[in-house]
Amino acid sequence: MDTLPILRRAWIPGLWLLLWQGAALLVGEELLLPAPLPVLGRMAALLGEGRFWLACGHSLGRILLGFLLGVALGCLLAVLSACFPPAGAFLAPAMAAVKATPVASFVILALVWLRGENLSIFISFLMVLPLVWQNTSQGIAGADRQLLEMARVYRLSPQAVLRAVYLPAALPHLLSALRVGLGFAWKAGIAGEVLAIAPSSIGRQLHDAKTSLEMVDLFAWTGFIILLSVALERGMVALLARIFPGKEGS
Amino acid sequence: MELSHITFGYPGRMLLRDFSLSLPPGETIAVIGPSGCGKTTLLRLMAGLEMPLSGSLTGIPPEGVSMVFQENRLVPSLTVLENLALVSPRSSRKALLALLAPLGLAEEGDCYPAALSGGMARRVAIARAAALGSSLLLLDEPFTGLDPENRERAAAFLRERFAGAAVAAVLHHREETELLGARSITIPPL
Repeated sequence: MDTLPILRRAWIPGLWLLLWQGAALLVGEELLLPAPLPVLGRMAALLGEGRFWLACGHSLGRILLGFLLGVALGCLLAVLSACFPPAGAFLAPAMAAVKATPVASFVILALVWLRGENLSIFISFLMVLPLVWQNTSQGIAGADRQLLEMARVYRLSPQAVLRAVYLPAALPHLLSALRVGLGFAWKAGIAGEVLAIAPSSIGRQLHDAKTSLEMVDLFAWTGFIILLSVALERGMVALLARIFPGKEGS
Repeated sequence: MELSHITFGYPGRMLLRDFSLSLPPGETIAVIGPSGCGKTTLLRLMAGLEMPLSGSLTGIPPEGVSMVFQENRLVPSLTVLENLALVSPRSSRKALLALLAPLGLAEEGDCYPAALSGGMARRVAIARAAALGSSLLLLDEPFTGLDPENRERAAAFLRERFAGAAVAAVLHHREETELLGARSITIPPL
């Protein structure tokens, strides 16, 4: 059995924790850099608090809802762009603008239109929409021309062409967008919650910890954001591998 | 199928000029000629994949054309049987297997194209043409990659399955023309 990966798994995070501890001792001021033990202790304590689960549930629910809406509309618009190229040309600058605009600009604009708790739905939706649209469009455009000719000659139904030619071409691109997009949506959604001070959310807890200078709390919540981000990505990879074996995207 | 006074070419390269051909049901023609003379292009015109610059072409069957392309053009994400079912969705598994057996592919129904040898994939492309069973069969070098035994097997299969159909084939060897019982035609040089 190869022991190196196990050792690596155990020692590398331990080494980072030691470095963090050393840095905290060097700084010597919890307000600037709390040590890992109090942060880990606070994380353990948060697990026993109802508001922790409520905040996590609300943030996950809203961000995943925005993510799913972005995926659905992105796919629909990609199909529309493939069927009707002027629609693709029309959408391209808007999608490029959405991709290039900083999250903070959207949050500030959206705050005028939306209530705080709905903002993270909108932000995560916006993060995913252009990514899914662009990747799926690329996949559809890359569909095998020879197979499309075969489909024409054999008079295959549009559903059969979609299943046999377009879907296999678009799927790896779409799956790759789903993996990357979920991470984007999560981080941008939390940033949106912080700026919008969305009630009962992880972003709100971060905001409160910052304003009350509770650095241990700030680090503990950040730790959970990272853990949830990793869990979401792994969950997505596992789900895609189960639904589409061998095509999880890269 | 009737091709009447067809002219076709690409910018800077004319391939057919005032070309006419009558292909009645039950007749098989072999298109022969040097490389690049427009044999494949003629099949593409007959399949409706190209539009003639002038002239008329009638008789493309509404159900589609049974065509064996130069490349196999099998859908890689579908099994052999699924590839056949794609062009003939109402056929039963048993009926589709009955198309594979005479071509020596009875055991390959659930394989994906990537798992097949070149010769096997070629025979699947031939079986797919038979699965549609159109009244027009177009064959572009259908026996490429087949050993003599499989070549004879495939030719016998095509003759039987498309006995009443109009058949046009691009063939390289005289013996292949004989195997299909085809009348040879040449594309006149321009």
